[in-house]
Amino acid sequence: MTKSKSAYSEPGKLGKSEHHIIVVWVDNEAGVLARVVGLFSGRGYNIESLAVAEVDKKKHISRITIVTSGTPSVIEQIKLQLKKLIPVHKVADFKRNDPNILFKELALFKVVSSKKNREKAQKLCKKYNAFVLDKSKNSFVIQVTALRRDIDKLIEILSPLGLVSTSRTGAVAMTRGSETFK
Amino acid sequence: MGKLISGAEIVFKVLEHHKVDHIFGYPGGAVLPIYDELKNHKTIKHILVRHEQGAGHAAEGYARSSGKPGVMLVTSGPGATNAVTALTDAYMDSIPIVCISGQVPTHLIGTDAFQECDTTGITRPCTKHNWLVKDINDLAKIMDLAFEVATTGRPGPVLVDIPKDIQFKKTNFVLKNSNKKKLNGKSSSNGKITTNNLDKVISLMKKSSKPIFYTGGGVINSGPEASNLLRELISLTGFPITSTLQGLGAYPGDDPSFLGMLGMHGTYEANNAMYSCDLMVNIGARFDDRITGKVDEFSPNSKKIHIDIDPSSIGKNIKVDLAIVSDVGSFLKALNKRIKEKHKDFLNSNKHNISKWWKDIDKWRQKKSLSFKNSKEVIKPQYAVQRLYELSKNKDTFITTEVGQHQMWAAQHYKFNKPNRWMTSGGLGTMGYGLPAAVGVQIAHPDKLVIDIAGEASVLMTMQEMSTAVQYKLPIKIFILNNQYMGMVRQWQELLHEKNYSESYTAALPDFVKLAEAYGCVGIKASKPDELDEKINQMININEPVIFDCRVDPSENCYPMIPSGKPHNQMLLGPEDEKEEVSDEGKTLV
Repeated sequence: MTKSKSAYSEPGKLGKSEHHIIVVWVDNEAGVLARVVGLFSGRGYNIESLAVAEVDKKKHISRITIVTSGTPSVIEQIKLQLKKLIPVHKVADFKRNDPNILFKELALFKVVSSKKNREKAQKLCKKYNAFVLDKSKNSFVIQVTALRRDIDKLIEILSPLGLVSTSRTGAVAMTRGSETFK
Repeated sequence: MGKLISGAEIVFKVLEHHKVDHIFGYPGGAVLPIYDELKNHKTIKHILVRHEQGAGHAAEGYARSSGKPGVMLVTSGPGATNAVTALTDAYMDSIPIVCISGQVPTHLIGTDAFQECDTTGITRPCTKHNWLVKDINDLAKIMDLAFEVATTGRPGPVLVDIPKDIQFKKTNFVLKNSNKKKLNGKSSSNGKITTNNLDKVISLMKKSSKPIFYTGGGVINSGPEASNLLRELISLTGFPITSTLQGLGAYPGDDPSFLGMLGMHGTYEANNAMYSCDLMVNIGARFDDRITGKVDEFSPNSKKIHIDIDPSSIGKNIKVDLAIVSDVGSFLKALNKRIKEKHKDFLNSNKHNISKWWKDIDKWRQKKSLSFKNSKEVIKPQYAVQRLYELSKNKDTFITTEVGQHQMWAAQHYKFNKPNRWMTSGGLGTMGYGLPAAVGVQIAHPDKLVIDIAGEASVLMTMQEMSTAVQYKLPIKIFILNNQYMGMVRQWQELLHEKNYSESYTAALPDFVKLAEAYGCVGIKASKPDELDEKINQMININEPVIFDCRVDPSENCYPMIPSGKPHNQMLLGPEDEKEEVSDEGKTLV
C-alpha cells in the first residue's frame, strides 16, 4: 500500500445514494433562498430541482421543494442542517418512490415542425394532462404536468419531432389523503 | 410618543440592555455615526484594534474566557471582509460573537459604491444568522435577536449589517420581548431529557466493563457549573475520562482519572482507550476528523452515547447507539441526580467490573507517550511549555495559542484545572489567533496572568495587535516557541513528503526583542535551557506586555501522533517508531 500523504483520513465506505424530496417551510424574507441553496452548495449536497413560492400571504411563509440525492446519512444531515437555519419553520422529507406522496412537475414545450410531426407530438403528450397554449402556422406551445422521468422521456421523443424549446419547473410534492405534514 | 432616537443610539441602547461592557472595533466611513454616539455611553468601552481580524479574535478571547458574548464593530467593505476569518473561526468553535458592520447608505447598495461589499452574502456561511437592516423600525428588534441567536442553543457568531442612513434615521425605541417565537423554536437550549433516556445511559454504564467519557467544548460552553457536574459524574462512576482540544480544563488535567487529550496528537492511553472501549459516552464533543482518524476503524467495538445541544452534530460523522439532544449542563445535572437517587452504590458495585480496564489503561500509561529526549544544549519546546506550566500554575493563568506544533505541545504539557482558561483555534485552525485572543482575555480579566503560547510564524500574522496591548496597558505575555519553521508544516513534509521543506522555513525573521521595544513593550530572549526558568519568572513578574523569544530546537517533531489513515491503536510515539516499537530507554520524562 502506498503511504498516504494527506493530513486527512481517507474516505470511508459510502452508503447507497437515494432520491429524496425535501420540503422546507420558510419565512419569506430577503436572502432566505440564498441561505437554503448556499447550505446545499457549501456542504456539497445535490440539487436536482427546486421550486419555491409564497404559500401563505398573511404569515409570509414560502414553501421550497427540493429534489436531491444522497446517502441516508447525507439526507439526514440535509434535514438537520436545514432545521438549524433561523427562518426555517419545518422540514419534510419524502422518498421519491413513496406511494403516499404526489409529485408533479410542469413543462412547456415549443414544437416547430410539419403538420404531421406536430400531430404526432401532440398525441405523445396527450396522457400527461396536455394543454395547447399557443398555436401558429408551423408551431405550438404545449403544457404538460407529469413526473420528472416522464418529462425526461418526452423531451427525448419530442426532439426528432421538432422540439425547439423546453421550460420546466422543479417538482412540487404533497401527501395523499386528509393528513398534512406537521 | 416617546423621544425619537437615532439608529446609532439604538445600537448602544441594545448593547446596554445586554450589559455589554467592551466592544472591539475599528472605525471607518460607514460606521462613523455609531462611533460618534460612543461618547454618550460611558459604560461601554471601545477597544481600538489594529486590524478587524484582531477585533474578532479579541472578541472570541473575551467570550471564551468570560462566558459572555463578544461584540465587534467594523466598517463596510474591507472592514467586514477582514472580519470574515474571525467569524468563521467563531463559527467552527461555537463562540458567541455579535458583529456589527457598517454598510453604504441604502440607496447606494448594489451600485458598487465606495467600500461596498455584499457583507451578508459573504458572511452567510460563517455566521449562525445575519441581517441587513433596511428599515430603522426593525433595528432594535434585530439587534436584540442577534444576541439571542448568538448565545442560545449551540453558540456562534452573528452579524448585523447597518447601512449608514439607517444609523442616522430616527425612530421610537421599543424593545419587545417576542424572541422565542421569532426564532421558530430554535432558541430553546434544552431538549427533553427523559428518565427513560437517563436509565438507558445508566444501564449501558452498568453493563460496561471498558467505559470511557469523551468530553468536549460543549462542557465549557455550557458554563462553569457543567464542569463541576462533570467532576461529580467522574467521582460517582470511577470511569476514565479523556477530552478534546476544546474541552481541556473542564476536568482537572492532573487528576488520575484523566487520560489526557485524545486525537491526532493525543496521548497513547487516551487513544487506545477510545479504540478498545466497549462504551463511549460523548459529552459535548463532535467526532471531529482530528479525533476519529479513519472513520471505519474508529472505536470498532463500543456502544456509543452522544449528548449534544446541536442535533446536526449527532450522527454526522459517527453513528451512535443512543443520542440525547440537550445542553450538557442540564444533562449532567439530571444524570448525576438519577445516579445519586437510584444507584447510590454505583461506584463500589462497579469497581470490580472496570478494574481490569484500569489495569489496561495503566499499561498504556507506562508508555509515557508525552516523554521526549531532553537536551542540555538546546531548549526543547516541550520542556519550555513544561517549565512555563510549573512556574505559572499557582496563578490563575489564562492560556491562548496560535496554531501548529506549539499549540499541540501546549495542549499536551500545560495542565488545566478550570474551564475557560484555555483559548485555542481548533476547528478552523487559525494562525494568528492567539495574540489578539490574549488581548480579549486580558480585557475580561485585567488582573490575571494571560499568556499566548505562540509560534513565530503564526504570531507574525497578527503581530500588529501588540500595539493594541500597549495602548490599553494590557500585560499579555507572548511566549514564542521560535523554531524558525512553520513547524507543523515542516513535520508533515519530513514525515510524508520526503523532507522536501517547501517554503516552510522563514528566512529574515524579525529580532523579536527589538520588535517588542519598537512596540513599546518588553522583549526577552532565551536560547539555553539553564536560563529558561529565570527568564520565565522575569516575564511573569513584569506588569507590561512582553514578547518572549524562546529559541527552541528547530527539528523537534510533535509526538505522539496518529498517522493519516490509521486507527487509534496505531500511533507513532516518537522518531524511532517509524521503524519499530519505541523503547522507553533513552527517553526521559522531564
